[in-house]
Amino acid sequence: MAICTGCSLLCEDIVASFENGSLKHAKNLCRKGHGHFQAAFTERTRPMIDGEQVTIDKAVERAAEILKSAKSPLLYGWSNCTEEAQSEGIALAEKLGATAEATIACTTSFCEGILMERVLSGKIETCTLDDVRNYADTSIFWGSDPSSSHPRHLSRFSYYPRGEKRQRSYEEERTCIAVDVRRSPTAQLCSNYYFRLPPGGDLPFMEAILAVLDGKIPKVADKKKMIELATVLKKTEWGAIFPGPGLIYSLQDKMELFEQLLARLNEITPFKVVPMVADCNARGFNELLFEKTGHASSVSFNGGSAAYGPEHSVLAAAKKCDAVLAIGSDPLSELPIGTARALAHQPIIAIDPRRSLTTDAAKVVIPSALIGLEAGGTAVRMDGVKIKFEPVMNSELLTDEQILARIMEAV
Amino acid sequence: MVSAMEIYMLLPKTNCKKCGVATCMAFAVGLLGRQKKVDECTPLIEEKKYEAKLKKLREVMAPIEKASETGLIIHPEKCFGCGNCVVACPVNVAAEPTRTAVGLGPEGEKVILRVEDGVVVVNNLKECKRFGPSGTLCNACTATCPSKAIEFV
Repeated sequence: MAICTGCSLLCEDIVASFENGSLKHAKNLCRKGHGHFQAAFTERTRPMIDGEQVTIDKAVERAAEILKSAKSPLLYGWSNCTEEAQSEGIALAEKLGATAEATIACTTSFCEGILMERVLSGKIETCTLDDVRNYADTSIFWGSDPSSSHPRHLSRFSYYPRGEKRQRSYEEERTCIAVDVRRSPTAQLCSNYYFRLPPGGDLPFMEAILAVLDGKIPKVADKKKMIELATVLKKTEWGAIFPGPGLIYSLQDKMELFEQLLARLNEITPFKVVPMVADCNARGFNELLFEKTGHASSVSFNGGSAAYGPEHSVLAAAKKCDAVLAIGSDPLSELPIGTARALAHQPIIAIDPRRSLTTDAAKVVIPSALIGLEAGGTAVRMDGVKIKFEPVMNSELLTDEQILARIMEAV
Repeated sequence: MVSAMEIYMLLPKTNCKKCGVATCMAFAVGLLGRQKKVDECTPLIEEKKYEAKLKKLREVMAPIEKASETGLIIHPEKCFGCGNCVVACPVNVAAEPTRTAVGLGPEGEKVILRVEDGVVVVNNLKECKRFGPSGTLCNACTATCPSKAIEFV
């Protein structure tokens, strides 16, 4: 049994066989996971400095030198690393922060981080996906499309499986609601309960739900459908909301209204929230950083204290940093073009098992073992459940954790 | 999927009864239900003026002829591998109540649908509820597919 690190569901029931360093046959892997496994062994990186191949020791040494001499290094990525590597990374940021201003940020600082912080601090009630399978009779996909992003979400947890108290499952007992700007594949499955919003229309929609729950007439075009939605919400025995980037980008700083809506819904019936984080261990990093500093996704360490705020975000750090450590992500492809361009001008140290735009532009490239396949460890599923896994194949490559430990020794 | 009306439009529409049924429309329904074969319409085969129609008819009938005995067609290129059908299929649920029923991938060989190499594959089709003359019109796998990768004729 292997574990799939293709998305944050961390499916544990994968049966895969490998031959000559590539995937031969796989059972239970979804298309996304299958693509992840198939591509994993292609375009592997080699230790490089300025485009020339060197030994791994030299690459690690050079990386430590760059970080040591930097005045404001940025340590970005972390979503596709094990918890062990992430805690090593936070310790490294702290150590660098003693003499410089070191910013550590995760990929969720651009989307789910803002919601995750509220979930971790207990402002928003959450639950595990196993609870969803066992008890939930209403699942709301708000600004998320699990059929595309987490293909097995509906079949493993939120809609189709039979749970302890939901033996008749999707046929009779479960309702699934989609709120999105387009008729996504998930919305297709929700049929009658698909609510199409204009981009940025989430706020008025929330106000309409609040109004209709209080028995007022909502200010929307289709009043009948809103009243129908309110009836479903009121009849719900145990509900779960899965907010995705659609909702978070639309609300931005106005998360309070979402909290208000949840509070109102919870007066009627329990409604829990599980943020739809994309990367396999993004939540793990959020939890670790939150435990350490009280902030979930991006923090600056300076002179022994941790600072948080817009001036310590990735966007601000990208403009003023003088060295970048990119690990477990590909910032040059993922970040907005302005930020990516600013980063590309700085010396980048890329720790990545596979070639990416970032490794192509990096000054130092350090190859690492593939998480889940060549490296074992712990990862946190999107709902906060810790999952331990062992490597399924042998590899001589260093793991992220070992590389970071060696950099840590040298700085 | 092609409809009976679309097939009818490609037939001679003369109601000559040579195929053994009363009308061309009935023959079209027979073709769709796979009780009849294109070759049974002799005017379409023999008369030159129907040549273009015959060619088109063979084209639209190709996927139907490839369908399994229960009429199940899988389009692997459209499949997400999400496993909704695997978990929803009542035969799968009965076969593995501790695995497929609760959302896990099947282990045994008794199941009909399973996900292999990222796409859904079919086994043991004889167990399908639609199989045989007394079959029911179960559509658990098609109704739960987000990408319309499964179809019934």
